[in-house]
Parts: sequence; structure tokens; C-alpha cells
Amino acid sequence: MHLLEEDQGRCVKADIISTVEFNPTGELLATGDKGGRVVVFQREQESKNQPHRRGEYNVYSTFQSHEPEFDYLKSLEIEEKINKIRWLPQQNAAYFLLSTNDKTVKLWKISERDKRPEGYNLKDEDGRIRDPTTITALRVPVLQPMDLMVEATPRRVFSNAHTYHINSISVSNDYETYMSTDDLRINLWNLEITNQSFNIVDIKPANMEELTEVITAAEFHPNQCNTFIYSSSKGSIRLCDMRASALCDNHSKFFEEPEDPSNRSFFSEIISSISDVKFSHSGRYLMTRDYLTVKVWDLNMESKPLETYQVHDYLRSKLCSLYENDCIFDKFECVWNGSDSVIMTGSYNNFFRMFDRNTKRDVTLEASRENSKPRAILKPRKVCVGGKRRKDEISVDSLDFSKKILHTAWHPSENIIAVAATNNLYIFQDKVN
Amino acid sequence: MSLLCQAPTALVGWPPWLEASVQHASQFWMANMYSKGTKRKFSDSVDVATDNKAVLYSRQRQSLLDMSLIKLQLCHMLVEPNMCRSVLIANTVRHIQEEMTHDGSWQLVTEAFSGSGPSDHLVATEVLCRSSVLEQQDGGPKLYSVMGYDSCHEEEVVTDEGLCSVAVGDGAPALLGTIDHCWDRAVEDRVIKDSGSEVKDGTRSWEGAKTVMGQVFGTFEIKNGAPGSDPALEELFSAVDASYYDLDTILTDIQSTPKMGPYNLLDSMTSSHGPTSNSSCRTDLNELDHIMEIIVGS
Repeated sequence: MHLLEEDQGRCVKADIISTVEFNPTGELLATGDKGGRVVVFQREQESKNQPHRRGEYNVYSTFQSHEPEFDYLKSLEIEEKINKIRWLPQQNAAYFLLSTNDKTVKLWKISERDKRPEGYNLKDEDGRIRDPTTITALRVPVLQPMDLMVEATPRRVFSNAHTYHINSISVSNDYETYMSTDDLRINLWNLEITNQSFNIVDIKPANMEELTEVITAAEFHPNQCNTFIYSSSKGSIRLCDMRASALCDNHSKFFEEPEDPSNRSFFSEIISSISDVKFSHSGRYLMTRDYLTVKVWDLNMESKPLETYQVHDYLRSKLCSLYENDCIFDKFECVWNGSDSVIMTGSYNNFFRMFDRNTKRDVTLEASRENSKPRAILKPRKVCVGGKRRKDEISVDSLDFSKKILHTAWHPSENIIAVAATNNLYIFQDKVN
Repeated sequence: MSLLCQAPTALVGWPPWLEASVQHASQFWMANMYSKGTKRKFSDSVDVATDNKAVLYSRQRQSLLDMSLIKLQLCHMLVEPNMCRSVLIANTVRHIQEEMTHDGSWQLVTEAFSGSGPSDHLVATEVLCRSSVLEQQDGGPKLYSVMGYDSCHEEEVVTDEGLCSVAVGDGAPALLGTIDHCWDRAVEDRVIKDSGSEVKDGTRSWEGAKTVMGQVFGTFEIKNGAPGSDPALEELFSAVDASYYDLDTILTDIQSTPKMGPYNLLDSMTSSHGPTSNSSCRTDLNELDHIMEIIVGS
């Protein structure tokens, strides 16, 4: 495992961060929060003058993506919380991202402006209209440099397609379409067309009373634009091929691990509910996160996962309390590193865990200001289950369940990670000797 | 009661008797939680040695069931509740009830109730949210969600057709399931028919659970159901969650009067009505307050 150094502890003075995502090159990092705002960070160009400031992330743009709305039909508020952000691959000078709240997906264009036209004929520099009678000569406006301005404009609004709450969005490899997923349905959109979407998965039962399973996450295959997966609250993953039929209710592959009868309890189903599913960058594997574990599956083996990693198994005996305080329903995300050799996920007490798939080693780290100074090396943490507690260990009963790390992101190619701890964003980089 | 203080804000614009019903239902559930806890404490101190695993297990299971039902009901929020969470809790409730049915303990609960005399019936009001859109779309008459024994009681409680209306969907248990509003606004008390005939059958308790589920999930969508039929209404009256009875028997002895509405019910709850069957379970408001804080997690 690498030593990690905290390059900077960025404290975003916004509400609770609800999503974090690097763009495909890693140059930009976007966060969404409960207040409907998106903050985009940009990595500094490395300079020879300040070698220790190796590519720090600074705020690039901030904009209000979604506003709270009111559903008059149901007399309910629609939260402005950003559930997911997904970047589109860059095709020109501007950056595009999709951001979504519970009901509406928006395509935002983030572009720079560093020149402005000057020398208009009909208006002067302040914008006031010039008196035409005073104009005696014509001039051609010229572009003059100005301070860099980054502006975000909404280019598309994809609304009114979801009855239930959107939990995922995923851009297809064809870069023309994307899908949005709610609790019971998945819709396919063309990025250019906002008044039409195709329903590709529908698990809503005819009688809502028979509802026992919901969709929890979905993602397109990174290389095959016809393939996607979706996970359910019953702990299963379905892989679908859009070439098979228009409505992909019949899966091509069904991934589910048989239940361990020795671990059965009233909470078995709840803790098996998958909170996040991610394809590996290679497209060969998929990773799922349920309440206590992270599992890596081989796409070619549906019967059981390839690898299972225990995130915080010491919570297994506390499930009743965690059910009582609703923590058992927390949705943790999981991420791959660029080479698919390390996986990372969050836990409680501002802890997050990394698992090296090759060496089978794992580490627990903490994202908190008290325990880490800038440029200090992160110290591994350990939770002590019972018996004697060693110095520096923390006991299970002292864990703070209000400090949970649900959202993390890993740079697509380098060892830079972004960790959202409630309303703070931490960015850690690999230590370079 | 921290949650009850929040309730009025969530129910802005609703009539006071409706708010009282919501508080009333919340109190019932809280009291049940409390009563279970008290029982356990009492018997533990006296009889630790003889508490065998099965009894402990069934108590834990019952408390889990109560907790789950509270979670499904207590949602005084402006935002639609998380469907995944609701589905998982509902599945847990189903699982527990299936197990209890197999054990036969579900039967015991309903039998216990049916043994008590007709004097223990409770006036109940079922108040559901408005479905103004459904009214417009269906156009037809809606069933009154308020149940009572005789017409004079119905008059008492039903004040506004617009407020208490149920759009009936397909199938009997879906009757409650077709409410378009957030299910968290729904308050379900129970109805006990004068005859007491509806609740003797333990197997019908499963229908009761289904009704709760229907109520939970039906409210996630707007259904344009055809107006219901009488058999549906029959089913509605008979489909009651038996655990409610258990709670009521333990808690309080409220004599129903034809004129008693939910508001009066609240008053009688807080007055000095002692419980009939179990003197160790008293609805002490301070204790309930404390329990509520734990549940709400304030």
C-alpha cells in the first residue's frame, strides 16, 4: 500500500456533500451537495517554481444546479439535493456534466471566457447606448483579453420522466445516450433530446402491494454501449443487453450469492441490499457494496463473487441498534482505482477503507481535521472489537455513526482520492519521494 | 414530545381533529414500545432464571415488529420517504409476521383480543389524505374512510369529503393503497366492529399487514381506480392489524361513546384512565416523551 499524504483539506462551506466525481481526465473534480449546488475543482498545472504544490485542486466554478420544487399533485417537496454527477468526455474546449436530483436531470456546460469584445459602435464600454448622431466613424470590435471567467449554463433539462426518485445516471460508451434510474424504472435518453425517453427496465408490479424489491443503482458497461447492469435491494445484480429486446426486463445474466444460513437474521435482507455497483475500468469485473461488505464479481461467473472484503464486520452484532437509528439504510458507495487493483469504500467515524486486490492487504484511514495536518502522512486506524483496547485503537462503541463517508472518488489514472466527510471534502494524494 | 411538536408544522392547514388523530396514533405506538419495555424490565428483575431463550426471542421479535411498524408510520415529513428503506422495513415486517404465523403466536394475539368483551371496543377513525386529483379524474363518489358503527358517529367525525376520501383501486386490500399522498400522512387507528366478529380469525391478520403495506406503497403513486364496491369495504373493516388490539388492551380502557371523536379520544388518553389488564404499563407522558426522543434520535 502506498503512503498517503494529505495535500490539502478543502472545507467546502456548503451543506452536506452528496456526490463526488472526477472527470475522465482527472483534471476536474465535481461535488454536489444537499443544497443543489455543484462545485467544480480544477487541478493546478504543475509549476517548477512551487514543486511542492503538485497539482492542487482549486475551485473552478460554482453554480446552483437544482432548486427545490413542489409537487402539487402529491403535496410533497422535491429536494434539490444532487444525487449524482456524471461527466461527459470532453469534445471541445467546454466541459459537460450531467447532474440530477430526485426527479430531473440537467446537462450543464462549463466554459471559460477570457476575452471580450470591445469597441462596439452602438454602445459604449459601460453598455449605454450611444447617441447615433454622435457616431461619425465605424470601427470593428476587437477581442480584448479579460480576467478568466468560468460560466456554467444549463444546456438541457430532462424532466417529467420519473415517478420515483432517481438514484443513478450513467453515460453510455457511445456518448450519445445515457440512462437515468429510479427505484422501479430505468430510462434511456438521447443527450440531445429532452422531450422523449425510452423505458428499458420496469420492475413495478401491477399491484404495488406486492412490491418487495427496488432498483438501487445502475451503470453502463465502460466499453460496450449495449450492456448495462442494475442492482437491487435484494442483493442481486442483473446484466442486460439492449440488443436483446427493447424492454430489458429479462436479464442476460443474474448475479446473486446464495445466503449463508449461519448468518441468517431478520436483518439479513436489509444488509444484503446493494447500495452501489460499479464496473471495473477494464469492464471485466463489477463491484458491489452492501452494508457490511464489498464484493468483486467476474462478469463470467454469476453464482458467487470472486472476492469479498469485510468493510466493518464488527457492526454485525450491532445491527439492531443500527436498524433503530436508521444507519442500516445508509448507502455507501465504492470505487475502483485506475488500474482496478485497489478498491475503496467509506465507513463510519469518518473512516474509509482501501483493499488491495493483489496483495490482499487493507487499510483503514480517517478523514478528519483533528487527526491530519496538511502534508502529513495519514496514519492507519484500527477498530478494536473487544477485549483490551490498544493505544490508538478505537472501540466499536466509541464510533461516531453520524460521521459517515458515503461518497468517495478516485482519479482515473493517478493515486489521488477525494473523500466527502459530511460537509467537508478531503483530497489525498500519493506521496512522492 | 419532540415529534409531536413537529407534527403540527407538517400538517399545516389541516383541521385540529386530524392533527389530534396523528398524535393519537403516535402515542399508541410509543406506548406500545414503552409497555413492552416495562414488561421486560419487570419480569427480568423477578424471574431471570426462568426466562428461556424462546421467550426472549419472541419478545425481541415483537419489539422489532413494533419498531418496524413505527418506522413505517412515523413520517411527518414534507418530502417523500425513501422507497428502498420503506420496502426493506416492510419486508422485515412481513418476515416477522410470517414467522409469527408459523409459530402460532399470531393466533394467540388475536385470540387474546377476541376473548375480551364487547365493552372494549374502541372508536376509531381512519383519516387519509386528500386526493383532489383523483376526485377530479374519477368524478365518482369516494368511499368515506371514516368508520363507525352508526351513522351519527360518522357524521361526527366526517367533516369534509374532500379531506377524507379514498380512491379505490383494484382488489380489496388495495383500497387503502390507492391514496396518492405520501403515506406518512396517513394515520391508521383501528376499527372494532360491535360484533367483534371480524377480528377473531387469526389468518385475517395477514390481510391486515397487507393493508399496511398497501397503504405504504400505494401512496407512492397516483392510481386511477374505479370506485370501490361493498366487498372491498367489508375487507377493509376486517383487515386490521391484530397487534393494534394487543396494544389497546394493555394501554387503556376507553369506553366508546357515539359522540366521541378523535379529539376527545386524545383527551381521554391523557386523563386518568387506568389500564385494565396490565397495571405495570402506564402511559406516563414524560416517559413517552423520552421514548420518542430515542426513536426520533434527537
